[in-house]
Amino acid sequence: MGRKLLLEHINVPGINTYDVYRAKGGYTSLEKALKTLTPDEVVEEVKKSGLRGRGGAGFPTGMKWSFLAKPEGVPRYLVCNGDESEPGTFKDRYLMTHIPHLLIEGMIIASYALGAKTSYIYVRGEMMPQIRILEKAIAEAKAAGYLGQNILGTGYDLELYVQPGGGAYICGEETALIESLEGKRGNPRIKPPFPAIAGLYGCPTVVNNVESIAATVPIIRDGGDEYAKIGIGRSTGTKLISASGNLKRPGVYEIELGVPVEEFIYSDEYCGGIANGKRLKAVVAGGSSVPILPANLILKTAAGDARIMTYEGLSEGGFATGTMMGSGGFIAFDEDQCIVRNTWNFSRFYHHESCGQCSPCREGTGWMEKVLHRLEHGHGKLSDMDLLVDVSKKIEGNTICPLGDAAAWPVASAIRHFRDEFEWHVTNGAEAVARNFGLAHYADPLPKPEVVS
Amino acid sequence: MVKVTIDGISIEVEPGTSILNAARQIGGDIVPPAMCYYSKLEGSGGKCRTCLVKVSKGSEKDPRPMPKLVASCRTTVMDGMEVQNITSPEVTEARKGVVEMLLINHPLDCPICDQAGECHLQDLGYEHGAAKTRYEFDRRTFDRIDIGDKIQLHMNRCILCYRCVFTADQITEKRVHGVLNRGDHAEISTYIQKAVDNDFSGNVIDVCPVGALTDRTFRFKNRVWFTKPVEAHRDCEHEKCSGKVTLWYKGEDVLRVTARKDQYGEVEEFICNTCRFDKKKTSDWVIEGPRKVSHKSVISSNHYETLHPLPVVKTNPVLLEANKEQFERETRL
Repeated sequence: MGRKLLLEHINVPGINTYDVYRAKGGYTSLEKALKTLTPDEVVEEVKKSGLRGRGGAGFPTGMKWSFLAKPEGVPRYLVCNGDESEPGTFKDRYLMTHIPHLLIEGMIIASYALGAKTSYIYVRGEMMPQIRILEKAIAEAKAAGYLGQNILGTGYDLELYVQPGGGAYICGEETALIESLEGKRGNPRIKPPFPAIAGLYGCPTVVNNVESIAATVPIIRDGGDEYAKIGIGRSTGTKLISASGNLKRPGVYEIELGVPVEEFIYSDEYCGGIANGKRLKAVVAGGSSVPILPANLILKTAAGDARIMTYEGLSEGGFATGTMMGSGGFIAFDEDQCIVRNTWNFSRFYHHESCGQCSPCREGTGWMEKVLHRLEHGHGKLSDMDLLVDVSKKIEGNTICPLGDAAAWPVASAIRHFRDEFEWHVTNGAEAVARNFGLAHYADPLPKPEVVS
Repeated sequence: MVKVTIDGISIEVEPGTSILNAARQIGGDIVPPAMCYYSKLEGSGGKCRTCLVKVSKGSEKDPRPMPKLVASCRTTVMDGMEVQNITSPEVTEARKGVVEMLLINHPLDCPICDQAGECHLQDLGYEHGAAKTRYEFDRRTFDRIDIGDKIQLHMNRCILCYRCVFTADQITEKRVHGVLNRGDHAEISTYIQKAVDNDFSGNVIDVCPVGALTDRTFRFKNRVWFTKPVEAHRDCEHEKCSGKVTLWYKGEDVLRVTARKDQYGEVEEFICNTCRFDKKKTSDWVIEGPRKVSHKSVISSNHYETLHPLPVVKTNPVLLEANKEQFERETRL
């Protein structure tokens, strides 16, 4: 069994209430941080832990905190990004629903480390029950003296607010989130300036994912060095994975970084294999925006080693044969699933969620969606594949925010790895509407390249 | 002063200058096109992505190149920065892609568009666009709406540059129009069918890079290249209006009044609606003289002050003489 840091007490009845959470050792990290550590020491612990942002980009959290500008007389803000809208990712919602005090405690520790007097938890508008849960938890924490004026007699003041968003995917991008929090239209800002210099209301701001903030609690409790012992290389600690798709036991799992993908899918500790006795066809390993991989490449890297679930392990092989950790939305597809339809579905999502600010993404996502719709419904042409690859290249990297990349990668990777399935949709248009392409050779072991002596 | 090199040409500029403005100080072919950036409007730029350039050397201190192409209108220069614009195939390719994207939902109705001839998208498409479209679907369409008694919005043509939004925010007292919806169904519209009605609202027509916002007093009156621009001014009673305009003549009539625009199509000074829409008689204005139009613009093609066009039929004295002889012979008989 892997170590559980965030979900250790998740099955304790009533862990969502203050009393049970406190009885299980809750808020001891907070007391340790506020009473024995200075803010800089907290940042130093998080730096030592090697914690990397759990929202998708994987940027070291401690580094992000130390970049925060600290001009005199200007307030600083901590914003928790609970906008979790990536298709396939639902770990933050799970955390906020079942163990809200972990997030509250993490927020107070992080706010203390950054010197923020006001902090916000921005939660997606659709998650109204979670917003109520968090508000109740904040009220409980306040009643216990962990929020408000002069916390634990240390002279540190903090107010924590929950802000419901409007329910747009784009508001999960940190600068769009800040705009939305300010009450404006959620358009991403043009960087620089980065939020660490001028963020919310023009003040230095740190935006962190729910899971990153929650992870500061075990880091402070056990110390950064202890946390860094878990995991492999630069991927330290544990990570919540939202497993969905054709798995026997889908759900949120906490893994120690470094678990082999094969073990994660097939072992009984985690997903328990593919449902209904089917075989694995493809996996989207980190939420809808990362490249999709066929079964043979997700289980083993191109070099033939077992692929492990770390930031580096999943991206082994670059975009040619690798994918990304992303936000940990692990979607498995069995042999009955249609990759063309899935790609179209993702593309439809990005078309719908593009903010429309910059032209490549605004026009390109709609174009890709239309071409994929045509392919899926049997009216495509063989030239459409090249067209899609070219359009995705024109979008990728040329936009203000990463939504353009996120829209381009799934399409480009699906065509890269599943081109024969796309071609089958063109050549057998009528049949493609009625049935799926099947597994084909996607689970076959990769052929060993011949060595020329 | 910081030194920046754009396509091999070095220039010293003030710290804080954007790459685009540094390129404009050099001038010539290396200036990236800009569809959404407007130097007079704070916060504009960064959206259309036509001004993308490659930074091959970040600065003297940190010589690493920037990982992605950057929007030159919103990236400030650093000392020792090296920028590639037209010398980088990557930039040309990306720009071609952006122009293609801008045109896939554009109606391409230039033959009946009032902006034709002074349209930035037309110029951009001519320079960087592909000869053929790869887009095989229905174009997005909207209804035309009048967003004020003098301004018509033709949303089909809009490229969502946000310039009119910034203008309304910064030049006029109160903004009542903005961008509704998101993605490719985003549109410019007024707040619950309110009319844009204030003294400076007409400036949105001038800042619009395409024919999305047009002057209803000039609609379908004439093509811009048949009108003659003349610079004029008047003592405008409005304190914020400079009264310096360009009058567009067709014969004796003033068909249209606009603000004066510089070589990048940006207005020099904003003018009020009275000057723009109501003062359409020569007697209202003090004429300064004809406006210089770049020889690259189609508008200049109508002005033959110095250049005499070649005769369409060449005179041939030998043939004339022969014809005359034949005529005489036949009439004599």
